[in-house]
Order: sequence, then structure tokens, then C-alpha cells
Amino acid sequence: MARWRSFLLMDTEVVAFRTIFIKEIVRFMRIWIQTLVPPAITMGLYFIIFGELLGKNLPPVNGISFMDYIVPGIILMAVITNAYGNVVASFFSTKHQHYVEEMIIAPIRPSIIVAGYVSGGIARGIVVAFIVGVVAMAFTEVRVEQPWLAGLVLVLTASLFSLGGFINAVFSKTFDDISIIPTFVLTPLTYLGGVFYSVEILPALWRDVSALNPILYMVNAFRYALLGTTDVDLGVSLAVIVAFNGVFAAIAVGLLRRGVGIKS
Amino acid sequence: MVPALKLTALKKVYRNRVEAVRGIDLEVAQGDFFALLGPNGAGKSTAIGIICSLVNKTSGTVQVFGHDIETQWAAARACIGLVPQEFNFNVWEPVEEILINQAGYYGIPRRVARGRTEEALVELGLWDKRRAVARSLSGGMKRRLMIARALVHRPRLLILDEPTAGVDIEIRRSMWRFMRETNRQGTTIILTTHYLEEAENLCRRVAIIDHGMIIEHGDMATLLRKLHRETFVLSLDQALGMAPELEGYVTRLVDAHTLEVDVENERDINGVFRGLDAMGIRVQTLRNKANRLEELFLGLVGK
Repeated sequence: MARWRSFLLMDTEVVAFRTIFIKEIVRFMRIWIQTLVPPAITMGLYFIIFGELLGKNLPPVNGISFMDYIVPGIILMAVITNAYGNVVASFFSTKHQHYVEEMIIAPIRPSIIVAGYVSGGIARGIVVAFIVGVVAMAFTEVRVEQPWLAGLVLVLTASLFSLGGFINAVFSKTFDDISIIPTFVLTPLTYLGGVFYSVEILPALWRDVSALNPILYMVNAFRYALLGTTDVDLGVSLAVIVAFNGVFAAIAVGLLRRGVGIKS
Repeated sequence: MVPALKLTALKKVYRNRVEAVRGIDLEVAQGDFFALLGPNGAGKSTAIGIICSLVNKTSGTVQVFGHDIETQWAAARACIGLVPQEFNFNVWEPVEEILINQAGYYGIPRRVARGRTEEALVELGLWDKRRAVARSLSGGMKRRLMIARALVHRPRLLILDEPTAGVDIEIRRSMWRFMRETNRQGTTIILTTHYLEEAENLCRRVAIIDHGMIIEHGDMATLLRKLHRETFVLSLDQALGMAPELEGYVTRLVDAHTLEVDVENERDINGVFRGLDAMGIRVQTLRNKANRLEELFLGLVGK
């Protein structure tokens, strides 16, 4: 009987998860001009300026043309910003307009709520990766040497930054607060994460400092999946990404369970 | 039969040390229509917040149909439907989606939720607005939307926190009819309201909360009998220059045709009629000066 009851509970939670996931997809698709068009334009500009105008005068990196070399990093940069932005904006609005209460009073575990929002962030990350990939095709031939690995890194990266967005939203009290982390943490780490260069060209000290940047591991793992070249061991990269996912997931679920920023 | 709601020594102390709820014990029977009354800041909304898991309690227990909100939280929450005081839906979402999503949070699949959504929206007169975004609804429609949303998963306990605030009288009366019908079909209802006439009309039992404590609790009729005095307003068919003296009653002339009479509990209104009749004064109409529950309430909370 107890097993049957727990099976039923699982069933209802699957429906609850699906509801949040679909709601999130509908949300970002409904406002596609704000969510899906900007990354195509911004990343297109990166390809034009860094790839076409400047990149043509730069030597190949690890035997790969500069334009080809920056494609994985630029796709991943778009994924990071959009996965993060999707969840931070959506969950903050949920809190701000108090409709988070719809979920808090319902029989849903905090982990299911977090999973629903994170899946929405992953979905937007994947859609944006596809769009930026198509834009990249206008400038070069986009190679994907290991599609499964590329997919895995994409999903794990989007998941990690969706979790980051969720944690940021929990602590945000105003709309201004949701842009603090992207401005002061995310953007510097992304630019310093080897999107436009190989860390091999850095002096030893800065190479060591770069090793503390988790985005470096994601960019390199994704670059390996697409082009077969990396500055960091693939196993180490995957371990770092998975570990960060685990820590961020535990923090996000813990915060929601305690009702931080939601319950009094 | 287990009570629909049982609060035991429920306490809430906020971080700023404000004791919003100070050890409440309360039982609401299954099928009851229960009023939870109190002045602003009395602790009603905090108590409701704790019952619905929106506020963390400091101590005590809450059981909903025998399910503890901590140890059997999923079963307890599945029993509750909440209509909060403030609007708390996504104003950019269409009405229909708000209900379907709410049903989804309770594990009701979309195809079933669609049917229930139609049922609830038709019942509350919002079916024509199903595709409108919630932002475009009038205040009364938004209130009805929140009731429809609270009912879509068919809760056994419906908690209505000021459901008719700011709603015009016509809509308020239609909401009363709907609430009565919902209760008649077996849903236990807990109502907080500032319209004491609403509580007196709808509810069978009442608890009055003040400064975080229950100061009165019982069935409505018994509580109303505790009133020591009622004031009646009599409309007279002839003009008077001064208030007539009636033995055992206090009378005041409001204007030439309107007389106010205080009637103590141990006396009855017939004495007033007899006295006036003897003086040749005829009464055209009679009404209570204030709502009885309002008088009791004000007496209890000392305002």
C-alpha cells in the first residue's frame, strides 16, 4: 500500500514537473523577440568583428583558423547568458508577483520546482545554441566532431547556469539585483574563460588563475566536442562541470526548502 | 471523524520578535463554514499562511484532515485550496492557463485539467474571459479567478482570506451563493472577512482572534446571544418633538421621524411597541442599528 501510494505521488510530481517545464517554454517562446533574437544579433556581431574583421589577420590557434576556434566559445557564451537570464528573470517575476505561492502551497517537492525551472533554462540554452550555430554557419563551416559530447556539455553548462540564475533570483529583492551577478561575475568570467584565446598563450601565473574559472572547463570541453582541441583534460573538465552542478543544485533546493526570500 | 483542521499550540514569532500567533488551539469540523475574524494585525493571515505552508511556524502543530503539514505535507497540502487576500497570479498569463497550471501543480494531467477549468470558469462566470490575460480583468473578476483557481484541484478545505474585499454588492452576493453551494456540496470553508454581515450570513461557527490569541470561539448563534444590548432604529409615521419615555428602555430621537431604542438582553422589543402604541405612535419600519456580530466583535476586541 505504501509503495502504491509513493508511486502515485511520483506520478503527480511528474505532472507538476511537466507543468512548470511547459510553462517556462511557453514563457520564453511568447516573448521570442526579447529572448531568442538578441543572442542571434549579438553573437553575429562577434563573428563579424572578431572572426571576420580581426580574425583574418590573426594566426591559427592550435592549427585551427581563428574564426573556427571562437565558434564553440561564442555558442557557449550565448548558452550561459540565456540559461542564466531565463531562470533569474522568470523565477524573480514569480516571486515578485507572488505567484510562487501557487507552487509553494501545492504538494510539490522543492527539488521538483527547481528541476522545472532549470529544465526551462536548459531548453532556452539549447534553442539559443541552435540559433547561434546557424548564424555561425553564415561565416564558416561548423564542425561537430562528437555530437553526444557536445550535447552533454551543452546541457550541463545550461543546467549549471540555470541553477545559478535560480539562486540569484532567490536572493534578489529588486529587478536591479538580478543584473548584479551577470554584470560583475558572469561577463568577466566568460571573457576570461578562453572563449577568444587559448590559455596556453597566457603567462604561467595567469594560466594558474584561469584554472580557477569554471567557464574555462566548459568552453574547452565544448571546443573539444566540436573541433577536437582543448587546453584542459576532458575528464577534469567534465568532473568540474558535474561537481559545480551538484553543489549549485544542493544550494538551490536547500534555499527553496527553507523558503529563503519567499517565506517569512 | 477527524477535524478538517486542527491547530495545537500554534505559535509564530517573527525575526523582529513580533509574536503574531501566540499559541492558538483551534478545531474546524468537516463540512463546517467557519469564520475566522479579527482586527488588522490580529494574526489571521499569519495563521492562514502557516496552515498553507507560506509561513514557517515557530512551534505547535497543524493537521489538515488528520495529516500533519510537516510529516505528511503532500497529503495535507492536497486537501487545501487557498484564496489569498492579495492577487497572486501571473498577470500576463491567460485565465485558462492559470487554472490549468494550478491543476498541474497538484498532479492533475492537462486533459483532465481542461475539463475542470471549464467547469470552474463557467461556474464563476469567467468562461468568456478564458483567453484574456489576467491583467485585463476587473477587480471582481480577479477575485473570482482566484476562487476558481483554488477550486480546480477540488480541495476538501477551502480557505478564503477576505475573498470579497473591494467587490461590488451584486458580485459579492453571487459569490456568497457560490460559497454556500460549495459548502453544501461538502467542502469545509474557512472565511476571514471584514464584512461581519458576510460572516453572520454565511458561517455556522466563528473564532475571534486578537493579538495572536483566540479570544472567542463557538457557534455563531451562541456567540450572538452574548450580546447584552441591541439598538433598533424605528421609523415613525408622525413627527415627534422629543423622544418618548419608555420604561426600561433608553430612547433617542435622531430626527422628527426616527427613533433609536436600546433593548437590553433581558427585555424584548414587544415592550417598545406596546409603549409606543399606548402613546398613539405608530411604527412604520424597524431595523437593527448595527450588525449584531459587529457589535459583539467590537465589544470583544475592545474598540
